[in-house]
Amino acid sequence: MNKVDDKAWSPYLAGSLSGVVIILSAVFTGNFFGASTSFVRTAGMIEKFFSPERLNQLAYFRWFVPKIDWQWMFVVGIFCGSLLAAVTSGTYHWQALPDLWQKRFGPSRLKRGIIAFLGGIITMYGARFAGGCPSGHGMSGVPQLAISGLVSLCCFFIGGIIIAISLYMFGDKKR
Amino acid sequence: MSDLISGLLVGMAFGFLLQKGRVIRYDLQVGALLLKDMTIVKFMLSGVLVGMIGVYLCKDLGFLSLKVLPASIGANIGGGLIFGIGWGLLGYCPGTSAGALGEGRWDAVWGILGMIVGAALYAETFPLLKKTVLTWGSLTSRTIPQMLGVDHWFIIPFFIAAVIVLFIWFEKKGL
Repeated sequence: MNKVDDKAWSPYLAGSLSGVVIILSAVFTGNFFGASTSFVRTAGMIEKFFSPERLNQLAYFRWFVPKIDWQWMFVVGIFCGSLLAAVTSGTYHWQALPDLWQKRFGPSRLKRGIIAFLGGIITMYGARFAGGCPSGHGMSGVPQLAISGLVSLCCFFIGGIIIAISLYMFGDKKR
Repeated sequence: MSDLISGLLVGMAFGFLLQKGRVIRYDLQVGALLLKDMTIVKFMLSGVLVGMIGVYLCKDLGFLSLKVLPASIGANIGGGLIFGIGWGLLGYCPGTSAGALGEGRWDAVWGILGMIVGAALYAETFPLLKKTVLTWGSLTSRTIPQMLGVDHWFIIPFFIAAVIVLFIWFEKKGL
């Protein structure tokens, strides 16, 4: 695994500060973290543009009305905050292929694009099936001692570990 | 409107910390799933610990109310495992994909597009799922303290101790 660079903060420190952000957000905005429903709302907004009739037939979009809400802006904020941190610390890095991926699967951007796209479809399908993602279940549910959060988070890792180990078990050079 | 601004600000704070902790990288996300580098787990559980203590303190003081999703064994286990499969392929989760793009890792774009498609697919199949697997194993209690019928301050110390033992073990093993 690649060495973590010097400018990185300890994950314990950055993680604990995120915990403070969770508390402040819940107290001052009444909102807990969550990312996956923003993708539902985005899908709804796109469908609303191309096929409003179809949108009206889908019950799911009556629950998650296609509009920009707190959580949608939260996801935009993650992008902006990461950009800000990367640019101000000189760690912004325009990169098409992750190092680990390239070492195992070669330099094809198409291959990475197809797998990432398929992975994205499955990821979001599973997140909505489970009712949340590592933000909603992990960073919001578990601090509240939610059964749904703990069970989902464990299953995220179980599924992920099975796939990652099957992908990387063969071929990669022994370290 | 202020709701949207607060969402953006909270997201920015979280995205900033995600970038500083270096947890929005494919190599570290898949590294955790390969059980070789626990940086993301340290980050997440640190946030969970601080968040848990703060959220329950503030709840007891009346500064916030919990927002706990209901637990359904079918949804949380089924969806959680599906999510894990996608996560292992993509190497980013919904929140971190936005952060990864923010620091220039643009393979996340394919994942984000896939996730929008995945959300649309989920909306199509939702009526069927709602009648079947989503209600399997629905629990009446939402949190661990509710389920066990004890005060949350009875559970939280056990959780803290378990996480600290895990952290010590990670550091001993150099994970």
